Amino acid sequence: MPEAKLSLRSVHKSFGGNHVLRGIDMDVATGEMICLIGASGSGKSTLLRCINQLEPIDDGSVWLDGQDISEPGLDLGPVRRRIGIVFQSYNLFPHMSALENVVLAPRRVLQEDGDALNARAEALFDRFGLAQHMRKYPDQLSGGQQQRVAVIRALAMRPEIMLFDEITAALDPELVGEVLNVLRQLRAEGMTMLLATHEMGFARELADRVCFMDGGVIVEEGPPGQIFSDPKVARTQAFLRTVLR
Amino acid sequence: MNRRQAYETAQRRRSLTVAGISTAAVLAAIILLVPLTPGWPQVRASFFDGGVFAQTFPTLLRAFLIDVMIFAWSVPLILTLGLAIALARGARAPALFPLRIFGAVYVDVFRGVPVVLTIYLIGFGVPGLGLPRPWNSPYIWGTVALVLTYSAYIAEVLRSGIESIHASQRNAAICLGLSERDTMRYVILPQAVRRVVPANMNMLVALQKDVALLSFIGPVEILRQAGIYKSLLANFTPYVVAAVIFLIVTVPATRYADHLLNRDRDARS
Repeated sequence: MPEAKLSLRSVHKSFGGNHVLRGIDMDVATGEMICLIGASGSGKSTLLRCINQLEPIDDGSVWLDGQDISEPGLDLGPVRRRIGIVFQSYNLFPHMSALENVVLAPRRVLQEDGDALNARAEALFDRFGLAQHMRKYPDQLSGGQQQRVAVIRALAMRPEIMLFDEITAALDPELVGEVLNVLRQLRAEGMTMLLATHEMGFARELADRVCFMDGGVIVEEGPPGQIFSDPKVARTQAFLRTVLR
Repeated sequence: MNRRQAYETAQRRRSLTVAGISTAAVLAAIILLVPLTPGWPQVRASFFDGGVFAQTFPTLLRAFLIDVMIFAWSVPLILTLGLAIALARGARAPALFPLRIFGAVYVDVFRGVPVVLTIYLIGFGVPGLGLPRPWNSPYIWGTVALVLTYSAYIAEVLRSGIESIHASQRNAAICLGLSERDTMRYVILPQAVRRVVPANMNMLVALQKDVALLSFIGPVEILRQAGIYKSLLANFTPYVVAAVIFLIVTVPATRYADHLLNRDRDARS
């Protein structure tokens, strides 16, 4: 039984005949921040979606605090509320205000009471500089603001781990910074995080570890200084040459 | 005014003039030519008798209230049953498979049979079982027939609305730990219902008209009352009165539904 906060053991996943993950092994310690880099289609997103079992895995296992959460037949509700995930396309609920988006799951799933919950949600908005926008609807917010609301919505469930699936990829360049600042803040607070990202500068600045994925496997991993300055594997070198120029 | 604006104003004026002239020509042709037909004096006397119109209008309007009443109590029943059938058809759990089959058969049957036929079969068939009063009332069984037919249509509209909500919404809800049931109730259904309001408005306009079909099984509502007057006065004008009364209600309702549809389309583009 693995001892890390989160562990993956030879995880395989196929969609039809497309073998997307070909044996992923990974350990994430509490408070660690790991960046997954690699070209589109290398399996980064699928890997994240397999961790919270949004996609059932075909082979291998996923462990959270020593519990096999990929066990067939396991009730996934309690597992998913411990793992927050934020998507590239925000996926806010458009018929609810930002505040309603945030309080829905704590109210229905954690059975939290109205006033205390509202106060807690407002504190979260305040913490990420969105207090003046929390009564607005998603279509009244910029992409960057929507994405920050999506982060707050995930945090409101008090997750133990946060997964971020290329959350700045759909944003206009001038809005990327405000979302990355939220991640910096979470990093400083010691949140355990796993990010799929194309923001190489950000990964270099903040990650404890960088994993380069290609063809459904982790080709190379290490501290960002080593991966970005002195990659050992030819495929990593080729990828970094194209993205860093 | 610059040259472009001047050109566009001239164009607009020209198309308005053409539209006005062609409308006037068509109207003039109808007004001048129809009275030249050999049967016109008889038709005018039996369909457009002003005296009969004035004499029957108040009673027919009162009879129309029965249509409105039947409509009013049918709508909540139709919406409730329609929602239940839509949810039954979307049920995924294997244990609920019979419910899914039932929903599919229900929709096929009641959309496949003409409303009039359903009204005849249920309106005459069920009271034929010899039920005691008031359970043999044509109001009850006529309503049942309308509810069965229209809930099948509404169920299909709702189901299309539910299926139009992108899977990412469901994923986001599931990832927050929401149950399937809460996901449907708080995330999917509110969006789906909003999306199909215009389509359902059109259904309700159609229902308001189809209420008149209950006249075949007994209730003295507007169509039957008009028929009674027709026999009594040997004149078809009461039917024209009934048509006018229906139009007074259905035209604004249809326009409102179209307005909702347009607003919806504009909002999405």
